Amino acid sequence: MMSPAHYLFLSLALFLIGCIGVTTRRNVIVVLMSIELILNAVNINLVMFSRVFGDVAGQVFALFIIADAAAEAAVGLGIIIAFFRNRETVLADEMDLLKW
Amino acid sequence: MLDSVLFYFFGGVAVLSAVLMVTRRNAMHSAVFLITTLMATAGIFLQLRAEFLFIAQIILYVGGIMVLFIFVIMLVRLDVALHHVRFRMQKMVAVLVALALGFEVLAILYAARRLPGQGLFISEITPPDKLPPNSEELAKSLFSAYLLPFEIASVLLLVAMVGAVVMAKSKKGAEEQ
Repeated sequence: MMSPAHYLFLSLALFLIGCIGVTTRRNVIVVLMSIELILNAVNINLVMFSRVFGDVAGQVFALFIIADAAAEAAVGLGIIIAFFRNRETVLADEMDLLKW
Repeated sequence: MLDSVLFYFFGGVAVLSAVLMVTRRNAMHSAVFLITTLMATAGIFLQLRAEFLFIAQIILYVGGIMVLFIFVIMLVRLDVALHHVRFRMQKMVAVLVALALGFEVLAILYAARRLPGQGLFISEITPPDKLPPNSEELAKSLFSAYLLPFEIASVLLLVAMVGAVVMAKSKKGAEEQ
């Protein structure tokens, strides 16, 4: 395998791209997809350190994160559908009920 | 040699399609590029000899979660989102904040490398042919040391399933009953 730093940089790049996606996109579905990207970047780190230390616990944790991402996607998309039914939009700008 | 070719190929594909995913205006294009990123990450997992996660990533993420996303993109009308862009400043600020975060992490990595005995570089990594069978090791660990988290994860999935059904259920249907 490559040095751990290579994987850290790759996962850092994916994480930052995901952060930019969460903060710039106005479509809530794309924001949720960016969150999946962030979780995925974290998984790369976990699997890499699991390989480096020869301990399979990191991969178990990555598996839990995948299950968590599935749960989050299901609930998030359910919320988006419910919101779309009420307000006819999925843009984050228009979700301003709590705005002053 | 093969390792570095695979790493740069999958890593390059992952980063490139992640950038495309964030920048494409059309949500469906974003979803397709996210699928490419997830597949490339699965390749990275395989290159790290995590075969089980490689398959789980493809089946769960690409085959499950992304299909769900694409269903919702098709259900929800998105043509409004394609037009007006209002906050150009927000993009600048977001990129700057993300870059600041990146520099912070890089500084931490650099500092960690310089601490005595705390560096990133571990000398002994098991060669690939000496590794135990991956799925077997994962199953042993999952069902012995991590049995309680496993059960909690299953309860979490059940709760999420019920929650998703309750959220997506239409109010009219409930009144008719």
